[in-house]
Amino acid sequence: MSLDEFFVTGDPMIFASQIAIGLTMVGLIALITYLKRWKWLWSEWFTTVDHKKIGIMYILAGVLMFFRGGVDGLLMKAQTSRPEMGILDAQHYDEIFTTHGVIMILFMAMPLLIGIMNVVVPLQIGARDVAFPKLNALSFWLFFVAAMLFNISFVIGGSPDAGWTSYFPLAGKEFTPGVGNNYYAISLQIAGIGTLATGINFVVTIIKMRAPGMSWMKMPIFVWTTFITSIIIVAAFPIFTVALLYMTLDRLFGTHFFTVAAGGDPMLWLNLFWLWGHPEVYIVVLPAFGMFSEVIATFARKNLYGYKSMVYAVAGIAFLSMLVWVHHFYTMGNSATVNSIFSLTTMMIAIPTGVKIFNWLFTLRKGRIEFSTSMLWALAFIPCFTIGGVTGVMLAMAAADYQYHNTMFLVAHFHYVLIPGVVFAVFAGLYYWWPKMFGFKLNEKIGKWHFWLFVIGFNLTFMPMFFVGLDGMSRRMYTYAESTGWGAWLGFSAVGSLIMAAGFAALVYNIYWSFRYASRKVGNDPWNARTLEWATASPAPHYNFAKVPEVDRLDDFWYKKKKGETGLKKSDLKPVHMPSNSWTPIVLAAAFGVVGFFLVFEWFTLAIIASVGIVVGLVANTFDYDDGYHIPVDELEEEEREWRGDLK
Amino acid sequence: MTSHTTTPLEYKTQQSQMNILGFWIFLGAEIVLFSTLFASYFVLEHNIAGGPAGGDIFVLKDVLIETFLLLTSSFTSGLAIHAMRNHDKKGLLIWMIATLLLGAGFLYMEINEFLHFIHEGATIQTSGFTAALFTLLGTHGAHVTFGIVWISLLLVQLVRRGITEKTSSKLFIASLYWHFLDVVWIFIFTFVYLKGMVM
Amino acid sequence: MSANTSRFPWNLLVGFVLSIALTLLAVFVAFNTDFSKSIILGIIGTLAIFQALIQLFMFMHVTEGKEGIINVVNMIYSVFLALVIVFGSIWVLTSGHASMH
Ligand code: HEM
Ligand SMILES: [Cu+2]
Repeated sequence: MSLDEFFVTGDPMIFASQIAIGLTMVGLIALITYLKRWKWLWSEWFTTVDHKKIGIMYILAGVLMFFRGGVDGLLMKAQTSRPEMGILDAQHYDEIFTTHGVIMILFMAMPLLIGIMNVVVPLQIGARDVAFPKLNALSFWLFFVAAMLFNISFVIGGSPDAGWTSYFPLAGKEFTPGVGNNYYAISLQIAGIGTLATGINFVVTIIKMRAPGMSWMKMPIFVWTTFITSIIIVAAFPIFTVALLYMTLDRLFGTHFFTVAAGGDPMLWLNLFWLWGHPEVYIVVLPAFGMFSEVIATFARKNLYGYKSMVYAVAGIAFLSMLVWVHHFYTMGNSATVNSIFSLTTMMIAIPTGVKIFNWLFTLRKGRIEFSTSMLWALAFIPCFTIGGVTGVMLAMAAADYQYHNTMFLVAHFHYVLIPGVVFAVFAGLYYWWPKMFGFKLNEKIGKWHFWLFVIGFNLTFMPMFFVGLDGMSRRMYTYAESTGWGAWLGFSAVGSLIMAAGFAALVYNIYWSFRYASRKVGNDPWNARTLEWATASPAPHYNFAKVPEVDRLDDFWYKKKKGETGLKKSDLKPVHMPSNSWTPIVLAAAFGVVGFFLVFEWFTLAIIASVGIVVGLVANTFDYDDGYHIPVDELEEEEREWRGDLK
Repeated sequence: MTSHTTTPLEYKTQQSQMNILGFWIFLGAEIVLFSTLFASYFVLEHNIAGGPAGGDIFVLKDVLIETFLLLTSSFTSGLAIHAMRNHDKKGLLIWMIATLLLGAGFLYMEINEFLHFIHEGATIQTSGFTAALFTLLGTHGAHVTFGIVWISLLLVQLVRRGITEKTSSKLFIASLYWHFLDVVWIFIFTFVYLKGMVM
Repeated sequence: MSANTSRFPWNLLVGFVLSIALTLLAVFVAFNTDFSKSIILGIIGTLAIFQALIQLFMFMHVTEGKEGIINVVNMIYSVFLALVIVFGSIWVLTSGHASMH
């Protein structure tokens, strides 16, 4: 392979990015060296096993990926803003919708949600950390390495271009010979292993580490949704592991799982992809439901209406989510019975989802609503998501889907589900839990700019896409003729996407502004909230709770607060056991990344040599008998005094 | 659970309890993984594309030997854990080594079997059927290989540290893994080999 | 959890003998009986499930430990998923006019 095959050449935009990436890297390294921050980075962040820091790193990476995916989205919108535009050619458009889809779902939605889960869930259940802190760090680094591997594809080797669904036979070697789709297969495999580990970690954490007295029906609703999400992860990700393994074997070793020749079956890929893919959309949307529930209950100053029905609804959604996958390929030629049954199961999901919507509305009813920025996101979510849900029921009818399938109507539908369901939720969660992570609030005024720009921009962008879709515009079309009459709709839509981008810029500015100027005196409970994470300092100390809280009822903290029982007695303090930092996760993940890179380029000898790194990491890990360390009582006392004043 | 004193060592600490529970959850994921491999195998089974079918290449005698090796190893790993619960380090060590040897014997047979398949003209690239077959068997075989290496490393730790709260929970988890591989094999034996030879 | 681990591990031995016997029985049913193919498949499939249960209960002690119930629920749910994946995939991919057989 010659050097100009290795680096993507010939496109000025990509050339500019290559230079920009190169300069940024050099600049970052120089800056860190200049500030003498390497040691600090290594010992405080790269080797940390603290769930809060890991969560923050997830969030940071997720926001970066949102930027990358968003730029992809803007480019597509620019390309289709007028008929016959020439910004992107067909190949480039293919690459961009593919990377956009993959990055948004797997490298933006997943890390942001898992990041918030990481920060919040151990605090909400009154635990010191997750069940397996080192594994948690490994999950993060695997995700991070996978995201980087996927992202370099556009400058080294070429991007995948067969859609985020990468359907065969198109995604096979025969029709897509370059290395682009290898990036898809390998990097998602690495990310998937990390996600599976996260799922197991949270299932065990929530089963075994709840504060004394916190029985199942006394758990905060976000803990419930995280628990059920984690179960779906464990149930669904292994399917994707196998599908990606087959894809890798087909592409790298010439097998015939999904080929048309020699007895392969391309539809097996569709079947496996969506057996994972549908549960995956619930993996990203359920935690979001949990966050909205927390935010709505807090800012309506009421307990969540129908808590139990909420729990059953989430469990019901999780159960049904494994039984609906065929609705993504009704038009593949299944028998009428198959399509009818899957139509039914799909529509059944609307029932528990409806229950949730009404629960939120009833929580709001007669509440003393405070329109904080996070509450605004939750309020905007309800109508926007309902539009997504209702159009989903339209798509669920197999016969009608023959009309809608793979049109812009579908694209509008899933953005109406994913953006309110995930992005709004993440924004709500970030504004809400920001003080718990960093010890200061994000600015509410800039927050409102962020909110209004983004929500208006979002509706302007995607509402017109329903109409061009109904008018027959299929998805993944890079250009269209003037005579279609779609130009005006898509022009509006492009303007909308710019407004949305301005909203995102407002968020970034808000982070910058608040980091510099916001007041650092937020107290432990700035929102007058209900759950345990607000019982400890902001930002939460590394040991979370000086004394593990005891719980008598749902929203225990709220009632203890009313009775003034949240104080801490000096005599209650005991040394706290903490896990030690570890270098194995980051090194192991890096080894995975290197092996993955060599596999992408099908350099098998190098890949085998590099996999020694993985083996060494695993062996080192099994011989590691580190027992952690204890924080002495004096240190706890000092830290607690800092925000509580005197102890009793 | 009877009383505190009879709680097996491997369940003593909260962390080991969590490790064991986490491993069970992981086995749940493994069930999903293998059922996906089986599902694909059943879908592709008849797509032999002019190459050999299962009935043409499977040899009952070899498969039975493999099965007995693995079944016995599952038994010996059970004996090993029994010895561990009696604080019998030597028994634990001996039965685990027996397990490893039986596992290695299984692997040896399986590799020969693969060579035989290839010799009969069934490589992983021949057809949809052979791709699914080799991947299903190979994934199981890779698990066995991993298990052998893993248990060997644990035995090193056992020799160095004796039966402690930590080593016992690690070995207990490894034994769960080993039994699980036996369960998977039973289904391979039934639905790949017997079915392939009879149908 | 068993209180008296020191006695002879009968359950292991019984499980082992049973699994060998069930294996041989499956071979016998497959090769030396005249049942129709689907009946044979049904019988040997049932035998396999019995063997799996033996491993699960007599060797792996699923019900033991503080989380015994959770383990059992976890296994039942996983088996449910396995059935959905296996029978669902076969049904979807072989019943339509797009199927290749
Ligand atoms: C930030 C604003 C966003 C804009 C402007 C945007 C725009 C677009 C556009 C124009 C397409 C391609 C339509 C086509 O030609 O077929 C697309 C596809 C897609 N988007 Fe977005 N999107 C945004 C956010 C998101 C988010 C937040 C997610 C998921 C969480 C997402 C997931 C997807 C997926 C999965 C596809 C399908 C890719 C494919 O066809 O393979 N998008 N988006
Ligand atoms: Cu779906």
